[in-house]
Parts: sequence; C-alpha cells; structure tokens
Amino acid sequence: MDILRNKFRNLVAGPIATFVLLVLSASSACGQTTNSCLDCHSALPEPLGVSADNLKLDIHVEKGLSCVNCHGGDATADDPDKAMSRKAGWKGKIERKQIPQLCGSCHSDPAYMRQYNPGLRTDQLDQYHTSVHGKRLAAGDTRVAVCTDCHSVHGLRAPSDPASTVYPTRIAATCAHCHADASYMKPYGIPTNQFVNYNKSVHHDVLTVRGDLSAPTCSTCHGNHGAAPPGVDKVQNVCSTCHVFQAQMYEKSSHKGAFQAASLPGCVVCHSNHGITHPTDAKLGNGSEAVCLQCHTAGDVCDQARATMLSSLNHLDQAIKESDQVLAMAESSGMEVSQARLSQNEARDALTKARVTIHSFRKDLIDQDIQAGLAIADKDLKVGQKAMAERDYRRIGLGLSLIAIGLVLTGLRLYIRKIES
Amino acid sequence: MSLLRNLGAWFNERLDWNSLMAPLRKKTVPRHRLSYWYFLGGITLFLFMIQVVTGILLLLYYRPGANEAFESVQYIMTQVQFGWLLRSIHSWSANLMIFTAMAHMFSVLLLKAYRKPRELTWISGVILLFLVLGFGFSGYLLPWNTLAYFATKVGTEITGQVPIIGKPLMVFLRGGEDVTGATLSRFFGFHVAVLPGLATVLVLVHLLLVQRFGISVPPKVEQEWIVNPNARREMKFFPNFALRELMAWYVALGVLGALAALFPWNLGVKADPFAPAPAGIKPEWYFLFMFQTLKLIPSKIGPIDGEVLGVLAFGLAGLIWLLLPLLESRQPSRPKQWISAFALVALVYMTGMSIYGHLAK
Repeated sequence: MDILRNKFRNLVAGPIATFVLLVLSASSACGQTTNSCLDCHSALPEPLGVSADNLKLDIHVEKGLSCVNCHGGDATADDPDKAMSRKAGWKGKIERKQIPQLCGSCHSDPAYMRQYNPGLRTDQLDQYHTSVHGKRLAAGDTRVAVCTDCHSVHGLRAPSDPASTVYPTRIAATCAHCHADASYMKPYGIPTNQFVNYNKSVHHDVLTVRGDLSAPTCSTCHGNHGAAPPGVDKVQNVCSTCHVFQAQMYEKSSHKGAFQAASLPGCVVCHSNHGITHPTDAKLGNGSEAVCLQCHTAGDVCDQARATMLSSLNHLDQAIKESDQVLAMAESSGMEVSQARLSQNEARDALTKARVTIHSFRKDLIDQDIQAGLAIADKDLKVGQKAMAERDYRRIGLGLSLIAIGLVLTGLRLYIRKIES
Repeated sequence: MSLLRNLGAWFNERLDWNSLMAPLRKKTVPRHRLSYWYFLGGITLFLFMIQVVTGILLLLYYRPGANEAFESVQYIMTQVQFGWLLRSIHSWSANLMIFTAMAHMFSVLLLKAYRKPRELTWISGVILLFLVLGFGFSGYLLPWNTLAYFATKVGTEITGQVPIIGKPLMVFLRGGEDVTGATLSRFFGFHVAVLPGLATVLVLVHLLLVQRFGISVPPKVEQEWIVNPNARREMKFFPNFALRELMAWYVALGVLGALAALFPWNLGVKADPFAPAPAGIKPEWYFLFMFQTLKLIPSKIGPIDGEVLGVLAFGLAGLIWLLLPLLESRQPSRPKQWISAFALVALVYMTGMSIYGHLAK
C-alpha cells in the first residue's frame, strides 16, 4: 500500500493537503490537546490522513510512543507552524530510503528495545542490508520493499497479532502485493506466479486450513528481513530445517552428488518450490505425476530400482489396507480388536518411514522399513481373521442354542396341551 | 427314579415340604385375553437372576480402579473363555430388564392392578424400578470408557442441581469434586453390594405381596365375568402357569443369546479425564427422556434456574408416580380414568422425548 501511496502522493494529494492545512491552521477550533498532530491529520484525506482508530491499535502507540518519535516536531503546540517547525526537529514525511534507518534507530538499539521487549531481536537492519531489498535500496532503487511496506504504518501491529500484515497466515499475501504484480515486477525480470502456486501447495493447506502456524510461508524459506532466494545448491539446507529425516536420507543418496554436479536445485527437482503438492507414491511411478523419468531412461538400472521401490511401497500399502478392512469388519461385528486397530498405526508409521527412506534411493534401507511394516500388518490381519472366525463360531453356537431352545419350547407347549386336555 | 423319590420323601419327612408347597398348589391365575401381560414380571425376575449370575462370574475377573477397570473388561472380552458372552449378556440383560420392568409397570397401571389392596405391591415395584435404574447408572461407569466417564460426569452434575442437598449428594456420589477413580470404586460398591442387597430384599417383599394378594383381574374383565359368570376361567399356578412362564423365560433367553452373539456389547475407548468430552454425548436410552427435557428447558424461567426447576419437577413426578395408588384410593367416588390417562400421557411423553433425544444432535 505504501508503494501505491508513494506513486500517487505527488500528483493529487499535495495541493489538497496544503489547502486543508491552511484552513485548519486559520481556524480557532483547534484547542490545546496532547497530540495536535492527530487533531489535524485525522481530518485530512490520504496520504496525509491518519485514522485515529487505526493509530490507537498501533503497537508503538500502545507502548506510549507518538507521532513525534518518528516525525519529530512538537505535538503539544496548537499552532501548526510551531508544531511542524524545523526548530522543533520536525522531519515531515520520511523519505523511503530513510525508513529502514529510522526504524533501526530504535530497533537496532538493544539497550533501548530492552525496556519494551527484551526478547526481540535487534539485528533486523543488519539483515535488511544483506537482503535483495536492502541492497537495491542502497543502490538507489526506492521501489523495493522497506519496513513499512511489509509491517504497514500508523496501525502497525505486533507480528503475533492475527491482524498484523506479517502474521504467519498473512505473510504470503503481504509479499504478493508486489511479487504477484506483473507490471510492478517487470523491471526485475522475475516470475510473479509464486503466490498462485503457493496457494495450491501443501504448505499453504497446512498453514491456513489446518491452522498450523509453524508451516512454511515465504519468509520461512527466504528469510524475512534478510529476504533472498536460497540459492540452487542450498535448497536442501532450507527444506531440511523441517524435513530433517528426508534430508538425512538425501545426504546418503547418489542423487546429492549428481544434482550438485548438474547444478540442479536438490529437493526442487522432484518436488518443485512454491507449488509443492502433497507427495504420493505416484511420483515414483511412470504416470503423469512421475518424476524419475524426467531424467532417467525407461528400462535402465535406475528405472528398475524405481519400479522395485514403488512395488515395495504398494505391497505394504495394500497389506495395511487389507488388515484395516478385515479389522473394520470384525469391529463392526462387535468383536474386540482395538489392540490390533491401534497396532495398525505402527504399520502406517513404518510405511511413512519407508516413504521418507525413499530419499536415500537405497533398496536395502527401504526394505528394512517395509518388512517391519509388513510384519505388523500381517500380525494384525491374523488377529482380524481370528476375530472373524470367532464371530462365525459364535453364530453357529447361537444357531444351535436357538434350535435347542425351540425344541424345549415345542416340548413344553406339547406337555401343557397334554396336561390340559 | 426311586432314588429321587426316596430322597424327596427323606426331605419331606424332615421339612414337611408338602405343607409348605400347599398354598402354591392351590394358587390360581386368572385366564383371559390379557393374561399375557402377567408374564412381564416373571421375565423381569428371570433377567434379574441372569444379572446376578453373570455379575458374579464377571466379578471373578473385573478389577475396579481407574488404571485397571478398562483393561480388566478388555481381558474378559478377549482372553477369558466365553468372557465376551458373559459381558455381553450382562449388558444386554441389564437393558432388557429395564425395558421389561418398565413394560411391567405400565401394564400394571393400564390394567389397574395397583388398586386396593395392592398399593404396597405397586410401591415396592416402583422402588425396585428406581433401584434397577440405579444399577444401570452405576454399572455403566464400571468399564471406565470415554462414553461412560462423560455420561457419569453429566449425570452426577445434574444431581448437583438439586437445591440444598444437591452439591453434597454429588460429592458423595463422586467421592470428591470430580469423577475419578474414587467415583469408580464407589459406583462399584453400590453396584455389587448396596443395590443388590436392597434389590434382593425388595424382590422378596414384592413376590410375597404378589403371593399374598393374588393376581389382579382387569376391571373390564371383572365386569364381564360378573355379567357372565360362566366366562370366568382360571388356571393352576403349578404347573400350568409356571410352565407358560418357563416358556416365556426360554424366549427371553433366546432373544438375549441372539443379541449377545449378533451384537456384542462394545467396549469403546478407555476414559481419559483430560480429553475433551466427545461431541453429542448422551446418556443410556432409559435416561434419555429426562436428559432431553433438561436440554430443552430454557436456562432461566423467571428468577429460577431452568435446570434446577427441571430436576425438581422430575423429583416431584417420581414421588407422585410412587404414590399413585394412594392418590386414587382417597377419592373412590371420583372417576378413576385419570390415572390411565396420566399413564398414557407419561408413556407417550417418555417414548417421544427418548426418540427426539436419540435423533437430536
């Protein structure tokens, strides 16, 4: 929003604002208040206008800071000339290229920040200088993001506030303000489909649908204040911060060296980046979702290994499903199979582990997990089959008992008829 | 056969068995188109006996305690030879017994068998029904599964709504402020000692009163017999009625066996006091009409709390129900149909509210 505001402010807002300021300064209606800035600016239109309601919720205002802490001047003076006098330190509108420095004047001062939030980091400005945004700003490009573009201004909330523009569920939309705007990004020659792709990804689902705030958004992989692309050869380092075991397996695989040699971006080769979908076993197949045959030739040694690994996964998956089916049938027949039902989770865990081990592309390691899962699924299947046999045995017993009861009832009926005849 | 006859003669010589059995031999049962309703009391007694036997057998393996109860029932159902059958029969029989006890009570009301001189038989029967409901409530918690835990929590909370004595009563039932292992031990004590003791005494009193006053004939049938004395028919209790009752018991046994084998009673998931209550939790069917009524009552009726008013209303209704025959006998000249109408309204209300409660989310 600030960037858009920046685009238009010199065109229309300036003359209107000057006129309104003159009218207000001539009026005697402005009485003595503690913040004369707000008395006038709350009545001004954009971009000089500041909503009093919005400002009230700003984290800085909540902590006792006011307009003068950033803009200088004298908020106690009723006279606009005095309030906005250079003598009183008034800075007026902060130049975009000055914004990081201004924010950093407090946020980079540990002694100052300690009084408000001792746990808050104070290296944001240093990080910003290392970011693509910071470097470009230093080079004179004022179209790049500065603090206020992401955090907003005059209504800035703490990142933990769900209404904050940098709350985990809102970060992607905040970045997309610029990065999804094809015309705005045109000079930089980078894609603008990241937001669309991310919205279809499993990470987005986990973050917004499941509500898991630890799920990745833009800043998780790119950094926030030090935002930059991770770099082709470092992608697996980024992914491994969450996908630890997959990364360990990948480290053992022959793919690591091969991808490095070919300058291929690790995990991204098979999983893509912003649009990562939920991986299925079909990735190992030869259908539309298959990834192996993008590099390998059908029928070669690697393709054969792929087919074997896929077959192992399918085998365990089928075994688990079969056991589940029999156990569900036994359970719906009222048989007590809760232990086996619980044990099925261990078989499912083994399958998940095997899917993780796939990243090693080593059949011997995968087989260990598959065999462990198959043993559990097989044991549970036997429990289910035994329960079903027990159910049938009970039903036969019931049938025989009912025949015996029927015979006794007939006998009693005949006897009653005999003694009453 | 001669050995048995000699043994019988030996006992008879000492106990005068023949004299003891003489009143039963003379006892007769009226025979008419509504005689089938006479079997319900006997079937309830049969199911009570099944409960006693299966309950004692379950006791051999059941261990009360929050850490052991669920596992012991699981052990009974999976490891003990025919344990599944015992537990399933005990659970199904409990439900069938409550059903037949209620059916017996409504048949007594609608056939007007509660009239003078049988008021005490009615009162002992209603108290027995309350005891049976107590068996149901206390026994439901014993497997210590999630549904039972939260149903007990809700049930005892409702008890806590009774003015003045509610809170102490709730703490007494729970053995503390919350439903814990102490509640389980307490309910176990009620279920296997206190309630069976009281119920056995009351069953004997009830049977004694039935024996003392004989079996009631519905007023309509009585009128028909006065008009046409030749229509009066009776059968001997021994062996004619007893054999028919035996047939009814066999049918009940068949139904019970079929239910236990085809629909074994589910054990559910072990109770976790720290887990949130499952959505849409409901009590057993026999408490559902009361639960649903309390749910529908507004939270405030005037200055009084709606739930408190509901609990008090049910308490009053229970007391009126207990004393119904006395209320009628004080006004012998007035038309007596109001009790039948009251019984019908109560039956329709309980059935309707139970179905509503079952379907409601």
